[in-house]
Amino acid sequence: MSSHHESILREPLVTGENITYSKVTEDILVPVENKPNKAWWIGFIVSAIGAGLWVFSVSWTFWFGIGEWGLNKTVGWAWDITGFVWWVGIGHAGTLISAVLLLFRQNWRNSINRSAEAMTIFAVICAATYIISHMGRPWLFTWALPLPNQFGSLWVNFNSPLVWDVFAISTYFSVSLVFWYTGLLPDIATIRDRAMGTRRRVYSILSFGWNGSVKTWQRFELVSLILAGVSTPLVLSVHTIVSMDFATSLVPGWHTTIFPPYFVAGAIFSGFAMVQTLLLITRKVMNFENYITMFHIESMNKIIILTGSIVGVAYLTELFIAWYSGVEYEQYAFLNRVSGPYWWAYWIMMTCNVISPQLFWFKKIRTSIALSWILSIVVNIGMWFERFVIIVTSLHRDYLPSSWVMFYPSWVDVGVFIGSIGVFFTLFLLFLRVLPAIAMAEVKLLLKSSSDQAKKKLIAEQVVDSGEAEYYLESLEKYDSISPKVAEFQKV
Amino acid sequence: MSNIKYILGHFEDPDDLMHGIDKLQENSVSIYDVYTPMPIHGIEDKLGIKRSRLGKVAFGFGLTGTITAISMITYMLVIDWPMNIGGKPHFALPDFIPIMFELTVLFAAFGMVGTYFFVNHLAPGRAPRVMDLRATNDRFVIAIDARANPYPDKIDNILKEAGAVEIKHNERKYVSYE
Repeated sequence: MSSHHESILREPLVTGENITYSKVTEDILVPVENKPNKAWWIGFIVSAIGAGLWVFSVSWTFWFGIGEWGLNKTVGWAWDITGFVWWVGIGHAGTLISAVLLLFRQNWRNSINRSAEAMTIFAVICAATYIISHMGRPWLFTWALPLPNQFGSLWVNFNSPLVWDVFAISTYFSVSLVFWYTGLLPDIATIRDRAMGTRRRVYSILSFGWNGSVKTWQRFELVSLILAGVSTPLVLSVHTIVSMDFATSLVPGWHTTIFPPYFVAGAIFSGFAMVQTLLLITRKVMNFENYITMFHIESMNKIIILTGSIVGVAYLTELFIAWYSGVEYEQYAFLNRVSGPYWWAYWIMMTCNVISPQLFWFKKIRTSIALSWILSIVVNIGMWFERFVIIVTSLHRDYLPSSWVMFYPSWVDVGVFIGSIGVFFTLFLLFLRVLPAIAMAEVKLLLKSSSDQAKKKLIAEQVVDSGEAEYYLESLEKYDSISPKVAEFQKV
Repeated sequence: MSNIKYILGHFEDPDDLMHGIDKLQENSVSIYDVYTPMPIHGIEDKLGIKRSRLGKVAFGFGLTGTITAISMITYMLVIDWPMNIGGKPHFALPDFIPIMFELTVLFAAFGMVGTYFFVNHLAPGRAPRVMDLRATNDRFVIAIDARANPYPDKIDNILKEAGAVEIKHNERKYVSYE
């Protein structure tokens, strides 16, 4: 048999009554096949203004040079690299959901992987724009690549983590794009076969001629599995290499071996928070409550507690090792972080990243949509400050006290940062309009095994243990997509 | 003989589809292909489709990537322009590993996906070879070549008994667009 029934004790991944394969298609394609609603337009206009600000600020930077930023001779890296690391980190959750959770056979990933992967791609685009714009002379970006040139050829230094970063980020972006697009093919074909006229022609080109034959699906599944297998170490390598941009230097506060795992955990932490921020709104505005359920929200919050706690342990370990090393420069760097002129940034980071996610231990909080959303934003504020603290507080007081300074961002710094958020949301909102935000084919796989409807049917047929059935019905209470009255009624 | 080219049995449920395949095979009706909106697990064994060799392809491309990376870096840093960096060895293998890894992944992913598109004839702009428009939405479709199995009534009955909700006799192989 092609479908097996999973344990009744597992919470449903798809809710709603009278769910059929065609209803899944209909529900998910509503935003793609209809004119956008008011909420979408408001969001889009605000984001597009942000994107305009980005274009203006980046053009300004290109025209006048990076002297327009608040950098000075002591703090040579500030908001640019903070923004870069922040965006790359946010991108990591998408790959984690699509690859790592696939390898672990976590079926709840099926309804969130598409939008999380899209988020990855847009976040890496935002990160890449920082790399280009902080180069000073961005038209010479090809100098970062090992291309034959008229200086000898003078090759890039492959011993440098900055060159590793070029390879890591470009591989990460292109492999994520391929993974995402291959997964989209069957769903684009669905849109194609329902559309007429020009729409059909456009989606026909985009669908690569997908027809859903046995052999196509068989190879598709293997390709997805292998891409997941290679993306998993890839995503770990990317943030490891990003952390090595700092860790292989000799700057106190950067020169630590804890950086790779600490950065990777932080990346997953901020990425899941961003997925939460986006999906809580998307499910509401697009009426996806039956596909992105309370179980998904709660599971993501649990991952946020786990990774937030790892980040917390890393912060404390850093402090301990600084003291234990006996190196006075190292000790000063951390003392300065905690109690120096940037103490407020350090404590914002500590509060947002270490304390606030611990609130998710309370079931009331992690199953509350409003609180989950607020905390997801708090986490990303904290993660931005983490990178700011690492970068700016380590630099602003170097070995020579006469060069000690503070960093003050210029309006261009602020414009590029706020603008990059605008670019990100513009791309995400366009994605919601033209492509299905939930992987339809993958959700259809869950209908017969993991939907509330299938489980209720088992209970009605009385083929499951009544104690277990009761446990299942009780677990439905937290679901906002199942009205409490229905749940109560069924219990009786 | 009529000009029916293909008989399509539509099913609403993957389990009925599997049952239909069994019934057709019991009656020695050959199945041309099956079109579904989602992957059906276990269908390859039933239809006698061999395991895909794409895994080996990915491995081969990955290995090519590793070799490309190490040869490129060795040529540039050791042979073409060796630089004295604090008297350290030119062939600094540990430093080369990150890029060797990245290129392994890059080549494996692109090589495998490229091969997949090539063998399945997937390409931008390619006309979709679709037999029924609902096969990408909510119908699970078995296609039977009517010329190879010239007894449509018998096939219709088998499909109906197996739970097919709709049976189509197509005179053209693919649904034409315009």
